Amino acid sequence: MQKVTSKRSLVYHGWITLSATLLGFVFGTSLGIGLALFIVYNSASDRSMMPWIIASQTVPILAIAPMIIVVLNAVGISGLIPKAIISAYLSFFPVVVGMVKGFRSPEAIQLDLLHTYNASPVQTFIKLRWPIALPYLFTSMKVGIAASLVGAIVGELPAGGGSGLGARLLAGSYYGQTVQIWSALFAAAALAGGLIIIVNVVERLTSRHMGVRPA
Amino acid sequence: MSSVVTAKDLSLTFATSDGPVHALSEVNLEIEKGEFVSFIGPSGCGKTTFLRTIADLEDLTSGTLEINGMSAREARQARAYGYVFQAAALYPWRTIEKNIALPLEIMGYSKPERDKRIERTLDLVNLSGFAKKHPWQLSGGMQQRASIARALAFDADLLLMDEPFGALDEIVRDHLNEELLKLWRRTEKTICFVTHSIPEAVYLSTKIVVMSPRPGRVTDVIASTLPDERPLDIRETPEFLAIAARVREGLRAGHSYEE
Repeated sequence: MQKVTSKRSLVYHGWITLSATLLGFVFGTSLGIGLALFIVYNSASDRSMMPWIIASQTVPILAIAPMIIVVLNAVGISGLIPKAIISAYLSFFPVVVGMVKGFRSPEAIQLDLLHTYNASPVQTFIKLRWPIALPYLFTSMKVGIAASLVGAIVGELPAGGGSGLGARLLAGSYYGQTVQIWSALFAAAALAGGLIIIVNVVERLTSRHMGVRPA
Repeated sequence: MSSVVTAKDLSLTFATSDGPVHALSEVNLEIEKGEFVSFIGPSGCGKTTFLRTIADLEDLTSGTLEINGMSAREARQARAYGYVFQAAALYPWRTIEKNIALPLEIMGYSKPERDKRIERTLDLVNLSGFAKKHPWQLSGGMQQRASIARALAFDADLLLMDEPFGALDEIVRDHLNEELLKLWRRTEKTICFVTHSIPEAVYLSTKIVVMSPRPGRVTDVIASTLPDERPLDIRETPEFLAIAARVREGLRAGHSYEE
């Protein structure tokens, strides 16, 4: 019997994938919120950036992932970061779309109210736009975290022979190890399920804190 | 007495895709300190627009408007008025006390000062005990009272109210009208109140401004002769009915139903 932390264990490989997923998710969510802010507060970027953001998602990730790995490897970055970048590349998109909608969701009357208080743009953001956008953020994050996991796994494929669930998948298919492929897939599914549960729990705690009417 | 709001030849035109809409045309009006002024008229007569212009939520096209001797923008920047909207517009993620704290937070009041004012204004609108509730846990009338408390929390002498009780049923409305009168006497604020209910306008006001649409203009200004002390049954007295009749006449004269 080997330890669960051994290199032959799916727990070990799952952890490698999970750390890339989480880092990519944090990158992606931050990037998504940042881009959404830029779009909402700059009308020129609204029209100019959205087409590019949508175009970025039409490029097959399988085609772009090896290039990112190779390019970053050439400048001496390898391991966790390239995988996290691929993961972020997939997960920022739902966050941008959701948060643009969220930041724009205040009603005219709610904005007028702050206008009568002579509130600054920063105050308007903190007191109104951010809290009203939070439900959109959680919806986006649920899509985003699943996309992050896919990104991390795809990022592990071109690395070959390395570690992580993606590497196990690839190795399994090279050597015809069907059981190995299936186990890696199940580990990935369990991971995705766990991550969604975590987002759900955080969402519920936030909702309760914000006094959302129970459905 | 000093005047709080002075409008001279105030006009406001909205540019729309169907051509210009004359929302307000040459409105001349003076509102003095401590008055309770109602604006009454059919939909589209510009009564809400006039209130929004005072609040610097709309820009006037021509004429002048002074609030406490300042322009509307300066008055807004000086936080000279509290505005109560048609809907309560409470932020659903904030409790009632936090909603009342909103303007105080923005205006930079200290925490102890905020707490003091929240307690005082909640008491003023009879909502003590509901401080920790969220808006959805309150009835429509209570929500609107909370929004009045929010407008009273900071030191603005002018209260602008845009059909605040329009969405409420008559029983709640009667009750709130009575409370509003008490509150007005206690706080000595100047109140501008938009409504399309004749009894409400006559019951509340010291001055009734009758307006007519297309273009929005003032057709009559009626000074109320009713005493300061106004129980609800004052509405059955001949004096009350006489004022109501004059308001109705003004509305009829200014409004053509052929359109």
